[in-house]
Amino acid sequence: MRRLSWVSVTALSFGLAFLYLPMLILVIFSFNDSKLVTVWAGFSTKWYGELLRNEAFLDAAWVTLRVAVISSTIATVLGTMAAWVLIRFSRFPGRSLFSGMVYAPLVMPEVITGLSLLLLFIGIGLDRGVVTIVLAHTTFSMCYVCVVVSSRLVSFDTSLEEAAFDLGATPWETFRLVTLPIIAPAVISGWLLAFTLSLDDLVIASFTAGPSATTLPIKIFSSVRLGVSPEINALSTIMISVVAIGVITASLITKRTAVQRQMDEQVALRDETSV
Amino acid sequence: MTQTIFAPWTDPAEKPLIEFDRVTKRFGDFTAIDDLSMAIYEREFFALLGPSGCGKTTLMRMLAGFDTPSEGTIWLAGQDIAPVPPNKRAVNMMFQSYALFPHLSVWENIAFGLRREGMPKDQLAARVDEMLRLTRLQRFAGRKPHQISGGQRQRVALARSLAKAPKLLLLDEPLGALDAKLRQDTQFELMEIQETTGTTFVIVTHDQEEAMTVASRVAVMDEGRVMQIATPEDIYEAPSSVYVADFIGDVNILRGTARQTAPGRYEILWGEGRAPLISESDTALDNGQSCALAIRPEKVSISADRPETANAAQGKILDIAYLGNLSTYHVELPDGQIIKAQEANTQRIARRSFTWEDEVWVSWTKTAAVLLAD
Repeated sequence: MRRLSWVSVTALSFGLAFLYLPMLILVIFSFNDSKLVTVWAGFSTKWYGELLRNEAFLDAAWVTLRVAVISSTIATVLGTMAAWVLIRFSRFPGRSLFSGMVYAPLVMPEVITGLSLLLLFIGIGLDRGVVTIVLAHTTFSMCYVCVVVSSRLVSFDTSLEEAAFDLGATPWETFRLVTLPIIAPAVISGWLLAFTLSLDDLVIASFTAGPSATTLPIKIFSSVRLGVSPEINALSTIMISVVAIGVITASLITKRTAVQRQMDEQVALRDETSV
Repeated sequence: MTQTIFAPWTDPAEKPLIEFDRVTKRFGDFTAIDDLSMAIYEREFFALLGPSGCGKTTLMRMLAGFDTPSEGTIWLAGQDIAPVPPNKRAVNMMFQSYALFPHLSVWENIAFGLRREGMPKDQLAARVDEMLRLTRLQRFAGRKPHQISGGQRQRVALARSLAKAPKLLLLDEPLGALDAKLRQDTQFELMEIQETTGTTFVIVTHDQEEAMTVASRVAVMDEGRVMQIATPEDIYEAPSSVYVADFIGDVNILRGTARQTAPGRYEILWGEGRAPLISESDTALDNGQSCALAIRPEKVSISADRPETANAAQGKILDIAYLGNLSTYHVELPDGQIIKAQEANTQRIARRSFTWEDEVWVSWTKTAAVLLAD
């Protein structure tokens, strides 16, 4: 292993500072006693208390969470199904058209997606609210799930499915008992991706949200326009912690699985030499 | 005491378990199987042998139900199997990659097919345990596939495909992933299991030694056609074509034209200035018909003096391939033709009779070679 030279230490510190300094400032000022965001007046957690009493923020947070859970779940089901059909049935009329259409929202400007959805909802007379945000988020996050799951399915050994079929499983049993458990990690990361996309989406949500339901990003954005309050800092700090805990847990699980796997393989190797 | 020899294919009253009736399979413009007919009998260990791309895997996939014939019919126990989907066939397959379910334990892998049948719990457990015993895997029942070695995985795959007691078991290159030593042991294990269970096995392999060892009959395939179906002995000793003779084992192919001297007795003229070769054969050949004489190296003797055998030629030792128990001598005749002769090394190497550049005689009897129309 090479030792760190002062050049690489400097480069690393600058890089990390570039990434995390803005967030660090935000976190520090969320504990500021003063109402002025730029003046430090001592440590306090009072803004967190204020936040908990702010009905508007709590409502928005609840809406955001519900939208994210529901839309990412529907998107995962639809995206997985689309990926499965696209990869398994490589030849059917209109396949390339279909696959192009599934991926199109990835490159489509969000403004256009949002606008077209808005026009659709007005056209069919659907009142804007939680339902419309869920539909909109499902639409755009489905293609991300499809991309993640299909990249796993490409490397999936089809003889596993054939073996299940050969052993008497119906096509549905084959999918449920063999394919799905094996691709589960990809499906879960697809769900997480869709969940985070929905959680921080501002553009599409602002097109499709109505007066009855506002998501957290919309709420934050609109209150910042009236001036940054320490309450927003506190809210952002909470969001950062939630995301950080999620990421750290995920990487710990991955690491533990890798270690476990290595140990298992050593056991297999030892048995081979002893039997 | 008369011993009954297992040879149902010689008995015209015997009904085959599987019958291919003029089966053709095309993928687009490519013909994988070309108008193929053959029969496989119950309790047989049948090997499909051929180079890659000869259609042997397609044949197996049609039996399993993953492909359907473009033309012709496949009969299994008197039933046309084309409309029967793979999950409804009394046929199971052991995959080349083993295709073990990585998320299930060894026990659950073996139980998978039985569960799909809805077998009662106690019966199912008894059957899985029986399979574990048969394949000596009891110790590993709770392990996941990645926690066991390659040889054990192979046995799990075998146990899983045998658990449902299929009428027919298909094995796709079952030993391809094992190393040479393990492969030999496993071949005998496979034969033993086949005999114990009485299941009909069809094995696909490109390894001729493997096919010869395990099979009751071997079908040698090339380009979607069956070149010969026979017992391993017949395939080796009485190949029906130059292709089969050349594909199985080592062989000298001498080409020439035939001349009948007596019924069943031929002289083969094979080039200017060479003495004609004498061969006795049931093959019917016209005078002047071009033919090939196939002689296995171990049937060619090598000696310092001219022997009293029907066929003999003098040459010089060009090369010696030392294989331990055997040595193969490449003897070059004056006109450049090379004849391979194999001798058992009954003596230690220091006392070997011949060495490079020695002038020797190669010879073989008039029945040693197989005469084939070319």
